[in-house]
Amino acid sequence: MSHSLFYLLSFITLFFALLVVFAKNPIHSALYMVMTFFAITCQYLILNAQFLAIVNFIVYMGAIMVLILFSIMFLNLNQDTEPQKSSLLKFAGVISAGLLMLTLVGAIVKTGGGDVPFELVNSNIGLVKNLGKVLFNEFLLPFEIASVLLLSAMVGAVLLAKKDIN
Amino acid sequence: MNSLTNRKKVLESKKMNFWERIYLPAILHGLSITMKHFFKKKTTIYYPEQKREFSENFRGLHSLKRDENGAERCTACGLCALSCPAEAITMTAAERKPGEEHLYREEKYASVYEINMLRCIFCGFCEEACPKAAIFLDGDIAKAGYKRDEFIFGKDKLVEPIVK
Amino acid sequence: MDIAFIIEKLILISAILAISLVIAMYTTLAERKFAGFFQDRVGPNRAGPWGLLQPLADGVKLFTKEEIIPTHAGTFLFVLGPSLSMFTACITTAVIPWGQDLFLFGRNISLQVADINVGVLYVFGVVSLGVYGVMIGGWASNNKFSLLAAVRSASQNISYEIAMGLSIIALLMMTGTLSLREISEQQSGMNWNIFYQPLGFLIFMICSFAETNRTPFDLPECETELVGGHHTEYSSMKLGFYLFAEYINMFVSSAIMASLYFGGYNYPGMHLISNPNVAALIGVAAFFTKILLFIFFFIWVRWTVPRFRYDQLMKLGWKVLIPLAIINIALTGAGILFFGK
Repeated sequence: MSHSLFYLLSFITLFFALLVVFAKNPIHSALYMVMTFFAITCQYLILNAQFLAIVNFIVYMGAIMVLILFSIMFLNLNQDTEPQKSSLLKFAGVISAGLLMLTLVGAIVKTGGGDVPFELVNSNIGLVKNLGKVLFNEFLLPFEIASVLLLSAMVGAVLLAKKDIN
Repeated sequence: MNSLTNRKKVLESKKMNFWERIYLPAILHGLSITMKHFFKKKTTIYYPEQKREFSENFRGLHSLKRDENGAERCTACGLCALSCPAEAITMTAAERKPGEEHLYREEKYASVYEINMLRCIFCGFCEEACPKAAIFLDGDIAKAGYKRDEFIFGKDKLVEPIVK
Repeated sequence: MDIAFIIEKLILISAILAISLVIAMYTTLAERKFAGFFQDRVGPNRAGPWGLLQPLADGVKLFTKEEIIPTHAGTFLFVLGPSLSMFTACITTAVIPWGQDLFLFGRNISLQVADINVGVLYVFGVVSLGVYGVMIGGWASNNKFSLLAAVRSASQNISYEIAMGLSIIALLMMTGTLSLREISEQQSGMNWNIFYQPLGFLIFMICSFAETNRTPFDLPECETELVGGHHTEYSSMKLGFYLFAEYINMFVSSAIMASLYFGGYNYPGMHLISNPNVAALIGVAAFFTKILLFIFFFIWVRWTVPRFRYDQLMKLGWKVLIPLAIINIALTGAGILFFGK
């Protein structure tokens, strides 16, 4: 049951992820991306990581994708107005994407995954209470550093948006 | 600079105090006002069942009058059509045959008399122009309709019924 | 998972869906009726006794109207927009606890479709998804005014979501749970959260006015100033869906306000009733009374307060409500620290 669900969801995720890349219209691309995120949310749900699922839902589907849609809608990206990218840029894109893939494959190989599916030690680890306890005890420092990072990004955004700084 | 009329008023906008600035008391006050109106007696007149009293000089639909013997007063002189600013009135005159004296008061009468109610502006000039006191705007409000033809009122709708 | 459980849930889901649709339907009538009363008129009174059949007449009218899809509009997205609005409006009802458990046929029947332990966050997620219906619809109309209105409404919703979330955080600090059922249960016996979180409730309520696009924050529509906002190009039942979704949203946000701050299905003197089924049913009635009172309040405010200007709206959201919500969080934290919960 859970296995077939996982494969179905993975298929949906990959299907929509491919559509994101291949769609001609950027708006459609963005909407396919929403669907991809939704499928990932469902993946979290079958892992019983409810908090992660709902946060993925709210933050990625609800906020980030809305903002991306927002900016695309104003850009008037038609097929004929799209600038042709130089081959150097394309080459750089391929290289960086290949590096990312190398990293991901390396990570999977390193964890020794592939043949044995993971068994969750504690299936309730993804619930809010447990997650909160872990975050604020073991991983307090990284958590706080991440929040400082977000804060600095926010300050930077405000600074950029301000027209003149006296 | 002085204004010419000296009626210029400089608007002074006072700084709002704290309670005015948070708006909530004002909103609550507004809510209480609307709530008062919620329970007030409604001023609606339920139109087709109830009718508002017309004023004395109300001008409604036209009626072509009859004299005391029941004969039509109109003599088709055409003054009403002439005076009509909207050109809503058309008529065809005809001569009275012997034996029709009880139907038409004058020797000449209107065989066709039509008012286009879509054009009529209910100004009452026809009433004023009529030398025979044959047309009066003493009727009801003009009815609504679905077709344009329904608004051309002929003699069948205009001439007042015979009072026995 | 036995058959009885599935049947029970199916019945519950259809009942809730039907109830929320009927309530939304009659809210449209109530809106027009009350608008009349507030303005010393009587409102619609021709269809049926006291105009009670008016929503049916409106529905028939919308269904039989000609359906116009503008040329160059993306047909699929054009249809998707209103559907998504309606869908997101309806699925929020899944986590609302409508009452205590019933004991029927030897079974313990929960009057909540899904008691997920992140219920409050689920509501937020669905609400944030509701923006898509408006944005997709506005964009697919291929009309620059629709697009502008869609962007206006999206930015309004995003801005007020933040303040809404922050105002909820203070409440969650006190309850210590994200499950709406547990939050409702904690408030039994007039232990309502409104007494502990008046400021939080105020912020939450203002934000829910903005989220449901109700006056004084109905800038996405502005029917008296703009043509009609994101649904300018819509006609027939697709327009009906957009308008209807607003009323369902109103119902749902009333339900959430009632269950978060006003005790949900709790009512004074609840423990005096010995029969648990009767107590639960009265609880459901009490809950719906609270919801209807909130809906009345929504309508009352609509016919009282004029619309904000767009810059005022943004100023209120970002410069007033968010700082207030943060202050509220700090106050709540201090309160918990010094007095304990």
